Amino acid sequence: MLALLVYDGAMKSVVAENLVKTYRNGQVKALDNLSLDVEEGTVLGVLGPNGAGKTTTVRVLSTLLKPDSGHATVGGIDVVKDPKAVREIIGLSGQYAALDETLTGWDNLVMFGRLYHLSGEQARVRAKELLEQFSLTDSAHRPIKTFSGGMRRRLDLAASLIVRPKVLFLDEPTTGLDPRGRMEMWEVIQSLVKGGVTLLLTTQYLEEADQLADDIVVIDRGQVIARGSSDQLKAEVGGERLEIVVEESDINAARAVIERIAGGSSTVDQGLRKISAPVRAGTDSLIEVVRELDALKIHPLDLALKRPSLDDVFMSITGHAAEEAVVSNADQPSKKKKGGRK
Amino acid sequence: MSSVTHSVSDALVITKRQLQQLVRVPEVLIFNTIQPVMFVLLFRYVFGGLGAGIPGGYVQLLMPGIFVQTVTFTLAATAQGLAQDMEKGLIDRFRSLPISRSAVVMGRTLGDGLLNIVVLVVMGVAGYIVGWRPTSSLLHIAAGFILLLFFGYALSWCGVFAGLISKDARVVANVSFLFTFPLTFLSNAFASTTTMPKPLQYFAEWNPVSTMVAATRQLFGFHNTFGVTAHSYPSEHPIVTSLFYMVVLMAIFMPLSVRRYKSANSR
Ligand SMILES: Nc1ncnc2c1ncn2[C@@H]1O[C@H](COP(=O)(O)OP(=O)(O)O)[C@@H](O)[C@H]1O
Ligand SMILES: [Mg+2]
Repeated sequence: MLALLVYDGAMKSVVAENLVKTYRNGQVKALDNLSLDVEEGTVLGVLGPNGAGKTTTVRVLSTLLKPDSGHATVGGIDVVKDPKAVREIIGLSGQYAALDETLTGWDNLVMFGRLYHLSGEQARVRAKELLEQFSLTDSAHRPIKTFSGGMRRRLDLAASLIVRPKVLFLDEPTTGLDPRGRMEMWEVIQSLVKGGVTLLLTTQYLEEADQLADDIVVIDRGQVIARGSSDQLKAEVGGERLEIVVEESDINAARAVIERIAGGSSTVDQGLRKISAPVRAGTDSLIEVVRELDALKIHPLDLALKRPSLDDVFMSITGHAAEEAVVSNADQPSKKKKGGRK
Repeated sequence: MSSVTHSVSDALVITKRQLQQLVRVPEVLIFNTIQPVMFVLLFRYVFGGLGAGIPGGYVQLLMPGIFVQTVTFTLAATAQGLAQDMEKGLIDRFRSLPISRSAVVMGRTLGDGLLNIVVLVVMGVAGYIVGWRPTSSLLHIAAGFILLLFFGYALSWCGVFAGLISKDARVVANVSFLFTFPLTFLSNAFASTTTMPKPLQYFAEWNPVSTMVAATRQLFGFHNTFGVTAHSYPSEHPIVTSLFYMVVLMAIFMPLSVRRYKSANSR
């Protein structure tokens, strides 16, 4: 049995092969032959703009939705053929916190514990542990509707961890959170990852995938358009770039220095007075540029060595920025605008 | 534990959650009981004059009418509750848990049934205070209340289905209400159907609300003087007809609802 799970010498906890899911009689292809896999004990970041098919992917893998075709296994179990067995080993925290708002955090966790067939006592012990782990002990006995967005998401995540799932799915865990809520969520997720959980996480935030994921698949319009480690994806787009902002009068002189050291052409943003150029030698080039500019008595106003962001990755693969995709997707009839949902 | 005991215990967890909600938001229970009690008082004193010639007065016929009307509104309550769970994504979460496919809807209908017990007790007491005195045996009175609970339970299953397909709690509550409210008035619940236009009389005769009202009046020991227009089957055999309606409703909506739940898509 175990041998079946071994591919490429590594254990795959999640395998999706050629998933297709269409809506509106085939007019909307939410998933268009999507394949991906997650190695045991690793984090896969599924990165894509709004409408790319992230939620649909998670819903298929967590047995909430049957694909039109293709097949998928989680922990070696087929999600369509044996959904109940899959549900025993997964945890899911959806795009919007799914909790009973009128009940307290404590009530919610105990209820979900009971639904995972823990005894009353076990459910209470586990609820207490989780509330502590997620720093929610002080608010445990307040109704969820008094919780902040970040607290809700943390409790939602806690609810998905009740039986220590083998595979965890998190759909846009930080969307809609303020920066502080996002940082707290990242810390929580990072500590889970250290504990060895297998995680599939979706995000629209390029930085988030970079921070949390071992491997990234970039999806757009239901298809995987790139996959690799964050570093591999960046390498595909090009190496590091040197960016420097100088006084207007120094632009030409500075540009000459940079182009000589970088050994190539540079681009200039006149408005921002920013010169940028790809460099090979990274920090060495930076030091060299600083020395030469200093010798010429040119004082840079800002100076940075930038690794390409995943935004750049998206741009170079699809030819359009992630944000554009959001706009084009908003043209499609969709019920997303309802309520406070973003 | 076997899967059957699991299904039952899972459903009870859902029911317990609903009772916890009532503790956390007592307004729901208060409103749910104040409204029918208000109806009891309004009808009792505004239309009391209709009872000329009725042994024991209008209130004897009114109370079964209001009992039935109140349990009829269970449909809207259940529909709203489920649609809310759909909206909040809770149904998605429940569906991602290793619990039986009927647990959530079973638990919900059971919870709404328990709520009806509380409401009926409060109304019964209010009715007693304003002069309602059933004349039948305790056994018959109990049977009357059980029939009312069973009717509410059957309608609750229609509510489950409505809630699962609508996904919008406010809309489905309003639509369900718009559907059930006229039903409770196009009946023998508050006045004689004999003054209605002929076609409406026939409708009222077969309306499950009327058969339920006639059945409970009978079980509480009163002759149903409101609306025996024709010697039709439903007016001659209201208990059997009512039971038939309930069985049919449940035979249709229980499997439909469970099926719908299995593929419920909150978006
Ligand atoms: N129930 C549905 N009915 C119709 N279209 C849908 C439905 N669910 C998703 N879609 C469409 O499928 C596409 C992918 O959606 P989704 O998986 O939610 O994307 P993401 O989570 O990446 O934002 C979108 O174009 C969306 O409008
Ligand atoms: Mg989504």
